[in-house]
Amino acid sequence: MMDASTAGAPVPRERLSLRISDFLFERPRLLILLLLGAPLLWIGVVYVGSLLAMLTQSFFSIDEFTGQVVYEFTFKTYAQLFRPSNLDIIVRTVIMATCVTITGALIAFPIAYYAARYASGRVKALFYIAVMLPLWSSYLVRVYAWKLILANEGVLNWGVEQVGLSPVRDAILALPVIGGASLSFSYIGTFLVFVYLWLPFMILPIQASLERVPLTMIEASGDLGARPRQTFRKVVLPLAIPGVVAGSIFTFSLTLGDYIAPQIVGSSRLFLGQAVYVYQGTAGNLPLAAAFSVVPILVMAVYLVVAKRLGAFNAL
Amino acid sequence: MRSDGARSTIGLRIGAVAGLLFLHLPLALIFLYAFTTEEKSYAFPPPDYTLKWFAVAWERQDIWNAMALSLQVGITATVAAIILGTLAAAALARTRFFGREAVSLLIILPIALPGVVTGIALRSAFDLAEIPFSFWTIVLGHATFCVVVVYNNAVARLRRTSPSMMEASLDLGADSLQTFRYVMLPNLATALLAGGMLAFALSFDEVIVTTFTAGQQSTLPIWMLTELVRPRQRPVTNVVAVFVVAITLLPILGAYYLTRGTEQVAGQGK
Repeated sequence: MMDASTAGAPVPRERLSLRISDFLFERPRLLILLLLGAPLLWIGVVYVGSLLAMLTQSFFSIDEFTGQVVYEFTFKTYAQLFRPSNLDIIVRTVIMATCVTITGALIAFPIAYYAARYASGRVKALFYIAVMLPLWSSYLVRVYAWKLILANEGVLNWGVEQVGLSPVRDAILALPVIGGASLSFSYIGTFLVFVYLWLPFMILPIQASLERVPLTMIEASGDLGARPRQTFRKVVLPLAIPGVVAGSIFTFSLTLGDYIAPQIVGSSRLFLGQAVYVYQGTAGNLPLAAAFSVVPILVMAVYLVVAKRLGAFNAL
Repeated sequence: MRSDGARSTIGLRIGAVAGLLFLHLPLALIFLYAFTTEEKSYAFPPPDYTLKWFAVAWERQDIWNAMALSLQVGITATVAAIILGTLAAAALARTRFFGREAVSLLIILPIALPGVVTGIALRSAFDLAEIPFSFWTIVLGHATFCVVVVYNNAVARLRRTSPSMMEASLDLGADSLQTFRYVMLPNLATALLAGGMLAFALSFDEVIVTTFTAGQQSTLPIWMLTELVRPRQRPVTNVVAVFVVAITLLPILGAYYLTRGTEQVAGQGK
């Protein structure tokens, strides 16, 4: 860095704006503070303030008779959280998030691998846009699409009947727990929607990590006598793991917090996000809703610590 | 890594194409159902096709109101996000100071945590502070997660812009404001525009946080959600869905073209 004061020194009287500039240039910390002031105030007050408000709410409780929130410190609400029915919701959601993440990674990998390794020019741009569009837009529309697909009179059942697979469908729907009256009212339906919704979040980080695998490394592996399959398993795959983990942060976190998708496609048994929504809305139990939303924060905190160890943040 | 002329296996190609189809075919169905004559169920294949739902949707005042609200919220939140995101990016892009990591984590937090957490947190705060739901409570929520989008775009661009340009401008006698206006802004402009467009698309489409901050007001996604839970004229919902896809598609494509190829400008290579 050069010395700013020498630049302006010979000039006896400067414009005020220049003097301010020099003043700030010599005090980078003050400049940072001025720049950060507004955004920090916003995020700090609005967001962190809200999170603290939520945490505070979770230590209040609701009066069982009047239904009014009692603004006094208590652990009663957290005790409610650990009732078996509520624990069920948490376990169910975490299992769903795990299944969605694993399936998402399996579907995403070939797309990411092809885009990173074989596609170039126009095809690569096409792949990128095709993945990015659903990432940024029309969340609700995409959930809605699955309501159309899975409806009893919808396209999936139509297709199943065309090829005569309805016994298979009925057998799957008859399965305990994951089955249901129809696909759009079962866990299978919810699962499909989640996998579909979060797939782009998985593809992009995997592709990014695969693109960073140097070609020379793959050639070296081949030169040293590895067959393509071995190279893939011993060289490419381990280097892609940080990308998979980075993607799983999104799929996991998004599944934990979503309450729209299981409400539109799914059984009547609640997921975590739905529980938060129901308790704050119709039940009017804001403290329990707040306590419920502390759960995904804790789960994600643990998840992020593990992900950091696996090098996921370098792949973001 | 770049294509080395090696051929992909047929299995990989099938996997990749099938994956992309899985990602996009369901949306095609939304378009198809906007033209169906069947309004009580999702019968496939549609018995017949009609354009009348577009006319019906056009006449519906509730849709227009919801759209107007969504546009206003989107634009206001985007403007706020561009200002705050740029400031944060300028402060954090090339500096080292105590607490920098914490600050950048703080800015990313609203999208790292599940949306329902952001929603309930804001709802709790409004409840405790006794703030009634209004246009501004929606904007507050949207701007909070839109800041990240602008910030990410601006930071990426600033890291690729050489700091010597700024120093040269200062050496040549420009003040900070002039340097910002004539040197940094032209460099940043497309990144900010792209970030702003993505932020708008995100806000226009947002439903999870909005349900907690809107009260009785209805943005377009909330209107759609109500229709999904209690359907009235199903094809009208599809018409609106097609419209929502179209209106978010344009800014996203715009953002892509604005930031495309900027990695090569600084000569960093792959």
